Amino acid sequence: MHWLSWMLPPGASTFAGKIDFIYYVILTITGVAFFLVEGALVVFLVKYRARAGRKAEYIHGSTRAEITWTSVTAVTVVVLGVMSVPVWNLVKGRNSVPADAMPLAIQAQQFEWHVTYPGKDGQLGTADDFELRNQLHVVVNRPTVVMLTSIDVIHSFFVPAWRLKQDAVPGLHIRVWFQPTEVGEFELGCAELCGLGHYRMRAQVTVHTQEDYDRWLAEQSQNVAIR
Amino acid sequence: MATTAATVDQLSHAGHVDTRSFLRKYIFSTDHKTIGIQFLIMSLVFLALGGTLAMMMRWQLGFPGRPIPGGSVLPETMAPGGVLLPEFYNSLVTMHGTFMVFFAIMPLLVGVFGNFLIPLKIGAPDMAFPRINMASFWVAASAGIIMLAGFLVEGGAAGAGWTSYAPLSETAEYSGVSLGQQLWCVSLIVLGLSSILGALNYITTVINMRAPGMTWFRLPLSIWALFITAILVLLAIPILSGAVIMLLFDQTIGTHFFQPAAGGQVLLWQHLFWFFGHPEVYILILPAMGMASDIIANGSRKPIFGYESMVFAIIGIGFLGWVVWGHHMFQSGMNPTLGQTFMISTLFIAVPSAIKVFNWLGTMWRGTLHFHVPMMHAVAFVAMFVIGGLSGVFMASTPFDIYIHDTYFIVAHIHYVLFGGSLFALFASITYWYPKMFGRMMSPFWGKVHFWLTLVFYNCVFFPMHQLGLHGHMRRIYDPTQYDFLKPLQPLNEFISIAAFLLFASQAIFALNFILSWFFGAKAEANPWKDNALEWTVSSPPPHGNFPETPTVYRGPYEYSSPEVSEDYLPQNKRLPTDRAPAPQPAGH
Amino acid sequence: MKHLMLSAIVVSLAAFGSRAAPVAQGGSVTGTVKFTGTPPANPKVDMSEEAACKGKYTSDPVVMVTNGSLANVLIYVKSGLPAGGKYAVPSAPVTIDQEGCLYHPRTLAVMVGQQLAIHNSDAVLHNIKVVPKKNRGFNISQPTKGMTTSKTFTTEEMDIPVQCNVHSWMHANLNVFSHPFFAVSGADGSFSIKGLPPGKYEIEAWHEKLGTKTMTVTVPATGSATANFSFSAAAR
Repeated sequence: MHWLSWMLPPGASTFAGKIDFIYYVILTITGVAFFLVEGALVVFLVKYRARAGRKAEYIHGSTRAEITWTSVTAVTVVVLGVMSVPVWNLVKGRNSVPADAMPLAIQAQQFEWHVTYPGKDGQLGTADDFELRNQLHVVVNRPTVVMLTSIDVIHSFFVPAWRLKQDAVPGLHIRVWFQPTEVGEFELGCAELCGLGHYRMRAQVTVHTQEDYDRWLAEQSQNVAIR
Repeated sequence: MATTAATVDQLSHAGHVDTRSFLRKYIFSTDHKTIGIQFLIMSLVFLALGGTLAMMMRWQLGFPGRPIPGGSVLPETMAPGGVLLPEFYNSLVTMHGTFMVFFAIMPLLVGVFGNFLIPLKIGAPDMAFPRINMASFWVAASAGIIMLAGFLVEGGAAGAGWTSYAPLSETAEYSGVSLGQQLWCVSLIVLGLSSILGALNYITTVINMRAPGMTWFRLPLSIWALFITAILVLLAIPILSGAVIMLLFDQTIGTHFFQPAAGGQVLLWQHLFWFFGHPEVYILILPAMGMASDIIANGSRKPIFGYESMVFAIIGIGFLGWVVWGHHMFQSGMNPTLGQTFMISTLFIAVPSAIKVFNWLGTMWRGTLHFHVPMMHAVAFVAMFVIGGLSGVFMASTPFDIYIHDTYFIVAHIHYVLFGGSLFALFASITYWYPKMFGRMMSPFWGKVHFWLTLVFYNCVFFPMHQLGLHGHMRRIYDPTQYDFLKPLQPLNEFISIAAFLLFASQAIFALNFILSWFFGAKAEANPWKDNALEWTVSSPPPHGNFPETPTVYRGPYEYSSPEVSEDYLPQNKRLPTDRAPAPQPAGH
Repeated sequence: MKHLMLSAIVVSLAAFGSRAAPVAQGGSVTGTVKFTGTPPANPKVDMSEEAACKGKYTSDPVVMVTNGSLANVLIYVKSGLPAGGKYAVPSAPVTIDQEGCLYHPRTLAVMVGQQLAIHNSDAVLHNIKVVPKKNRGFNISQPTKGMTTSKTFTTEEMDIPVQCNVHSWMHANLNVFSHPFFAVSGADGSFSIKGLPPGKYEIEAWHEKLGTKTMTVTVPATGSATANFSFSAAAR
């Protein structure tokens, strides 16, 4: 990665493309504003520096200028807002979770992620459920919905590659959904200060093909995690 | 004659022999100028302490697990063998933020300049309530001592972030910190009292004690900003106090406000804290904007461009600041629909800030720019604030905030507005009003050296944090190398840390300039910057009681390069043949 | 004659108001703790996501039986000591070690005021969270290998949980006594409590999962009384 780069790292979920697009739009707009404003500033510093015989112009303002720059700024922010609404609804909207999403339950706690899998029957809350520590296994191109909670303090479920983040709050059960688009290994980190082990509250994320996942699931049938 | 003038003259001690004892003059003083200087000393000490804590954090981030040079002085409970423990790192994060927000920037802007400038710039002999003013300082100093005490108790200082989210902050079992968190709460309750007393004073003084002719629209923008800020303080601080009292009760007497198992609500803390917290960040920038305006007009020898717009922008920011708090909570688990509404209000608050930036540019346009040290810092303030403001647009968009919330992108934004913004404006303001406070000039040469070193190193530290955030680098993590996706960023962390050490070291120049100029600086005349405002019409420093005679004001403070006079400045109280006496003011105005 | 001398010493020491040492040549209680039947299966532990520890231990040795002998049983004097007796605090600490991401020992006891030395033999972060009901608790970290932190306790208390949150399977049980008459059975099930003044005592054996057993013994002036305990697979 080039240190001064404003490019985002590669995304690996259906959300990434949409979220990254908004980013690049904002980057363009703010980038243009940055160069215009800072550029004007530098030009003024040079052009209007005090020199012998130079007098400042006795101007108090310009209503037209005020109206212009106020409207341009206001219109720009409205556009950004309008663009952002549908993407926010898609990711966080209560009604946006696909009906066929594979269910998982994640209990965040100091300082581990306990992931409960539905087992072969695909249903949570049945006898074939099993729990793993710090391992999240999902299937590529399949929507997955996590029921997220915490048993002690606030943590935050953050998978940078998926552009996904949701605080895990004690007393709340929050549904988080996503659809991975790339097979591979990724990382899940905690993004809310949760105590002395916060920096190390990490889980391994594995995105499988369907066949791979089925094979892995069969291997897990004897798995009983300690509590 | 106006009632106000008579009242002001009765209060004025100027011209009489000052019979106060040393204790009454310098320690338990009711003179707003002395109180302002007391706040200045206290705040600069906390600024230095807050910076020191940050240096320890940056050492650990740049060189994880390596012993800090000289770290063996730290006790085993903090850094055995000089290597920071994770819980001590969390305390450093917490106390750095707490010191800087509550005991450095806020008192510097509000306690120092609110106190020092308001009576002088409105033509009053002192504040409306001088003894309450004195109490406000000593209460703040007590709060500072309580906050420092956290480092000395078992379990260490508070470690749940300056935002102190529950349940971590209220459960010693989870945080490992018991008394330290309680002291944090007590300190803020005490500090809150100080702030409220100060705010009452400022608001009353500005409304009631303006000199004849000092109408609202002839007030300097620094005063407008301090006035609106004082209203924000008066309304917001009690919310913090209430929230912190609830937290303290949960910690000590068995209430369950924020504990879900017993019927409490975890998110309630965040709503209360940020309902205070967002107005707080405008408290932390508005006075800086106001003072920068005064300095930029002076350095440009030109009236402020769009004075009325600037006033309405200050009021607009003050008002809109109340309805954006949820943007700190987009990912918190609150109803996502609230995210939409807060996004809209947050995007709108960009508008008045942008208006101010354009008006500062407009002020410099076609001016004749004199780059004295305050002007250099004020221009840098504008340049850095633009970056901070623009970075805010990214996080205002709720979907992009999903990615950058709680990453270093946010840390970059905070520091561009608070350091690049407020602190540069403070360097400008301290240098500018130093002659009025101490009767001496700070060294311009060392001021310029300090300025350039700070500007360069500051950007080396904080600009790359945008990149860290864009790569997903989380906040408040003790050792980034625990994550594979962060390991490639480690050289950037190292670079930032080294730049931070150089930045911190450069501040020694400012500290020395400040201290040595007090005793050895060139003696200051009454108006070294050729400014129009009222404080520059009296000696440096002004006498106790400020004005030998109550001034009368005929114009605003930005009449630079006026065609009516040959000099390029025209003081507010200078009567020209064409000026009429101000209308008699009814009692109470 | 010997008894008179001993009594004289004890009385004069008591007269000075200083603490009495466990009687140098006092009696002791020794014995073995056995387990009858098939030991219950211990819970499996999944350390696969902890690179520094994975592979060494695959189960949590809650019930540790070797050739019919039961380890990690806490044996202590429950009653029979003179009221208000004061005992010297041993200067040597009791050590608890974190190794392979497990606590060793998992059952331990200290005296009030005696140092508990917490040691980290793993090259990985552990936190030690101790949540007593009567003593002051703490939650501290040990991020590096070789660190030792010492803590003391002020009040008698049984079954204080000791826990790591980074590795949530790690548990230990800490007990604090106001006297030094306790021991924990080793791998061979044996234990020995020394220095007891002669008398009749109620001795209790406690296991974190298998419950408690009590017996009464009479300790002679010198020599030892035997207390053998036997547990079986009934949960507590």
